[in-house]
Amino acid sequence: MREVAIVAAGMTRFGELWQSSLRDLFVEAALEALSGAETDHVDGIYVGNMSGGQFVGQEHLGPLMADYLGMAGVAATRVESACASGGMALRAAFFDVASGASDLVLAAGLEKMNDGADVTAVLASAADQETEAYHGITFPGLYAMIARAHMEEYGTTDEDLAAVSVKNHAHGALNPKAQFRRKVTAEEVMNSSLVAAPLRLLHCSPVSDGAAAVLLCPLDRAKEFTDRPVRIMGTGAATGSMALADRQDPAFLDAVSLSAGRAYKMAGIKPSDVDVAEVHDCFSIAEICVTEAMCIVDRGKGGEAARSGFTSLGGKLPVNTSGGLKSKGHPVGATGIAQTIEIFEQLRGESGDRQVKDAHIGLAQNMGGSGASSVVHVFQRV
Amino acid sequence: MAGIVGYGAFVPRNRIKSEEIARQWGKDPETIRRGLLLEEKSVPGIDEDTITISVAAARSALDRAGIDPQKIGAVYIGSESHPYAVKPSGTVVADALGIGPEVHVADFEFACKAGTEAMFVAYGLVEAGKVEYALGIGADTSQGAPNDALEFSASAGGAAFIFGTRSTLADVVDTYSYTSDTPDFWRREGEFYPRHGGRFTGEPAYFKHVLAASRGMLEKTGLKAADFRYAVFHMPNGKFPLAAGKQLGFKKEQLETGWVVNTMGNTYSGSSPTGLAAILDVAEPDDLILITSFGSGAGSDSFVLRATAELPKRRGHAPTVRSMLDGRRRYLTYGEYAKVREKIIVNT
Repeated sequence: MREVAIVAAGMTRFGELWQSSLRDLFVEAALEALSGAETDHVDGIYVGNMSGGQFVGQEHLGPLMADYLGMAGVAATRVESACASGGMALRAAFFDVASGASDLVLAAGLEKMNDGADVTAVLASAADQETEAYHGITFPGLYAMIARAHMEEYGTTDEDLAAVSVKNHAHGALNPKAQFRRKVTAEEVMNSSLVAAPLRLLHCSPVSDGAAAVLLCPLDRAKEFTDRPVRIMGTGAATGSMALADRQDPAFLDAVSLSAGRAYKMAGIKPSDVDVAEVHDCFSIAEICVTEAMCIVDRGKGGEAARSGFTSLGGKLPVNTSGGLKSKGHPVGATGIAQTIEIFEQLRGESGDRQVKDAHIGLAQNMGGSGASSVVHVFQRV
Repeated sequence: MAGIVGYGAFVPRNRIKSEEIARQWGKDPETIRRGLLLEEKSVPGIDEDTITISVAAARSALDRAGIDPQKIGAVYIGSESHPYAVKPSGTVVADALGIGPEVHVADFEFACKAGTEAMFVAYGLVEAGKVEYALGIGADTSQGAPNDALEFSASAGGAAFIFGTRSTLADVVDTYSYTSDTPDFWRREGEFYPRHGGRFTGEPAYFKHVLAASRGMLEKTGLKAADFRYAVFHMPNGKFPLAAGKQLGFKKEQLETGWVVNTMGNTYSGSSPTGLAAILDVAEPDDLILITSFGSGAGSDSFVLRATAELPKRRGHAPTVRSMLDGRRRYLTYGEYAKVREKIIVNT
């Protein structure tokens, strides 16, 4: 396989973008990526998207987006893995370039969630319809059960959960593209409206619109497009049981552990080599469980890591410097690519007030459902 | 210069508390009280509707105006709960008040903006010299589907304004309207309850139109927020009008008098007009008042009014809005509420 690099990135603001349609969002992000690399063609496009069909009644996003980008003719397809669609689109683009089949490939992610659909019901279609959604459970409910299990097993507290939201909002306050650019206090988090006990409003990522795109090419051609390419060292994907009830330990995300192990192995690194990480904090408990499953904190210590500052900007291993899904926003299909862009910018030293000093190796972890799919990428400054 | 020569409001005596509605549906009452700033709302009695509310409010307006009803040349009622789909509310109201038959009558509909729309046209005809006096009313027995967020706010009440050129209580300094095709809230023919676009009703609908109309009004008159003693904005809940006022630079003291929503609820077409009536109940001569309505679909009407020396002399001729909000009330259980709002279907 060939070595692969990311050479450019583009991203819309995340938020309730009432004036932008699904295709507008894609074109804005894609054009920014293309102009960053000063190119006007690509060999292929992968569009990560969870549910254009249910959110805005639009399927068949590959050709639609290629067409509206003025590139009808190129190979383009949609990649779907619920909220991990963006990360999976990056993985598909990576293999396309690594295999030698294509040279210049756009990996994009997008979602238009604010357009009148019943968002909670659409998202719930990423749970097991027969054993979960049919009985009325929604994602806040599933993650609430994961949180309960974690509290039971490790003594994780409401303060631990709140610490994740406080940290990510503090990071997001520094991100001009974030949906919620403001800090919150632990008291605000713990007094916000109850959604599904123990999860409250400020433990939950918002409903967002947005798109993100990165441009991939062989590493040996990267300098044609940028002075500061970022190498993709490894990719790892895995699945776990779809239904939460089928897991041996509901407080442990097997698919995350497997996908991270595979990505570390391919990259030839240890978890302790990572300088900065973006992980899938769709709910505060998710960041706790993900960081544990990826071995970047010890089992049962995910909450403490946020509370002690270990995972804060300035800490030993800053996690979700973008603000995470919680503060930056979570247009589900776009999230995996947006995480990639945060790491891309961190490794290029372009993160301004959020810059992690001397960041050489970064990773992005993107997850679908209650953890039934997970994809991890490891990146390296070149 | 045309202005308001008489005004009146009416709020039914029945109330239901947010807590009682929340309990019915297993919702957290604190979220409603703190989040939407809604304590309770008015509920129409079984025999109260847009027509009876309009008549009651207009009687008070006539009492304050002290004019012969026969001199009123136009009657306009704005509502989204006219009792009949076909057959005007205005004919019943005009007849009950002793107006006409030499009178122009029309029912208006523009979601929650229909009230200020009726006022705008009434004012325009008087200003143009086509009629001596014109009556504009905003009244509703608002619909909100059971277990919808609207159920905590949709309430009953209204206000009536008689426009004329002599002996005004408040002069209309200027008006401004702002309208666009924004489908945030609607009810189709034959449906009981309106439907809405959730959060789309906020930023791109309410705030866009209320802020644009208010800013347009300020620019047109060369006035700034600090020049006003009072301001009132359409009140779909407690939070929105305060947020809009703050964004426009108004302070709490300017907003609280007309902010009647936390105990009255959202009387739809009657909302900002009732807030205006509450302001006229206490305003002093020369006070400047800003009112901006909002109707889904969507649009806003703004008026700048200046109170005259006549206002303190004649406002005592009819009950104040506060006396109806804080006076005798009857609290309903959810069951009684369901009965009077005819939510219980009985086969006949």
